[in-house]
Amino acid sequence: MTTTSDTAPAARAVRAGARTGAARADASRTGADLAVLLLRLGDDALVLGQRLCQWITRAPTIEEDLALSNIALDLVGHARTLLTLSGRLDGTGRTEDDLAFTRQDREFTNALLTELPNGDFAATVARQLAYTHYASLYYEALAGCADPDLAGFGARAAKEVAFHRRHADDWTLRLGLGTPESTRRMRAGLERVWPYTAELFDEDDVVRRLAAAGTVPSPAPLRPLWERRVGEVVARAGLTVPAPRWQARGGRVGLHTEEFGPLVAELQSVHRQFPGGTW
Amino acid sequence: MSGETRTAERPATARRSVEEVRARVEAVPDPELPMIGLGDLGVVRSVAPAADGALEVEITPTFLGCPALPAITSAVEEVLADCGHPDGRVRQVLTPPWTTDSITEAGRRKLADHGIAPPVPVAPGGPVPVELGGVACPHCGSRATRPHSPFGPSRCQSVLRCTACHETFPHLTAL
Repeated sequence: MTTTSDTAPAARAVRAGARTGAARADASRTGADLAVLLLRLGDDALVLGQRLCQWITRAPTIEEDLALSNIALDLVGHARTLLTLSGRLDGTGRTEDDLAFTRQDREFTNALLTELPNGDFAATVARQLAYTHYASLYYEALAGCADPDLAGFGARAAKEVAFHRRHADDWTLRLGLGTPESTRRMRAGLERVWPYTAELFDEDDVVRRLAAAGTVPSPAPLRPLWERRVGEVVARAGLTVPAPRWQARGGRVGLHTEEFGPLVAELQSVHRQFPGGTW
Repeated sequence: MSGETRTAERPATARRSVEEVRARVEAVPDPELPMIGLGDLGVVRSVAPAADGALEVEITPTFLGCPALPAITSAVEEVLADCGHPDGRVRQVLTPPWTTDSITEAGRRKLADHGIAPPVPVAPGGPVPVELGGVACPHCGSRATRPHSPFGPSRCQSVLRCTACHETFPHLTAL
């Protein structure tokens, strides 16, 4: 905006006032958008962590029990940070616990991929392959954000997810190159989860505004690199990346799969029985 | 137990200096690796008065989901109260992120003395996968060790097996 030299001081002051007012509105819009985005990412981590916990004592080996529960623990840790940041920004002052334990199913905004039932071990590995490659790319991008909390989270979480990614890569190879039965199951697992992968990279107005403001990058441009990376692993496993004719969407606006309700009920069961309980 | 000590009548404690508080905070044992203190683990980022004058201890988590964090926080708060800083605070910071390179030399030695193979330094470009010949067995010293399970008894440990003495042993995962 330019100010001409003949503008009266009063008019200049009014215009400057309007500018700071607009800047303030922009900042609060950005804060609200960021709260929405962080809630999505936090819900992804929370819901997938909760799903993986369902493997505990049921994994194929004790080492896998440790692996899946450790990964779940990391995901819950990511959710704690993300939900805390989101609650601070959305103006409601909700804590991580308020957000995890007192929202209704329709208020969760995780991508549908993360709530899919575990299926067999190969289906879980396929879901881990898709999610970990996405999350490590996106968290690395968050590490470059100007916001120090977000950048710190991105840098830290990217390192942890890289470890989970190696676990998913290793099992994809082992199952793909194993017996005819393990190959069949790995192929079926990939086919089961692939229609749910596009939603991870979706852009909407919230994402576009944040990306345009330079606050948080959009995940959409990361998709070709993600496709290359998971494609490489799948090819090494002797399999092909499925090309589904449909892609499921809805999680980001609170429309979930039929299996989501019981997952939330389990997640919130203690809070529902003992609201506000501490020990 | 700590609750009793806190509520018990006792004379007001003299305010200890920042250096003294720092030394006591660094000596607090890690709940999951009690053989080393928070200082040797490299999670104490700073001990300094905040803008409002209260003493603030900055702690960085090893892992974001580390279940020991609440225990660490309350142990440090207890130290602050014991040192005459009942208004002292613990603040969690994420930048720069903790890596296994933050563990001191003394910390590495103490881990090895207790049968936990210390992490090998991280090469640029990411963690080094545990490989044959990479990590020395804390029991017999042989380097002929191989990965057994990348996930172990706690989030920061993996399990390796020594091909010389056939023992399995925990290894602090390089990160």
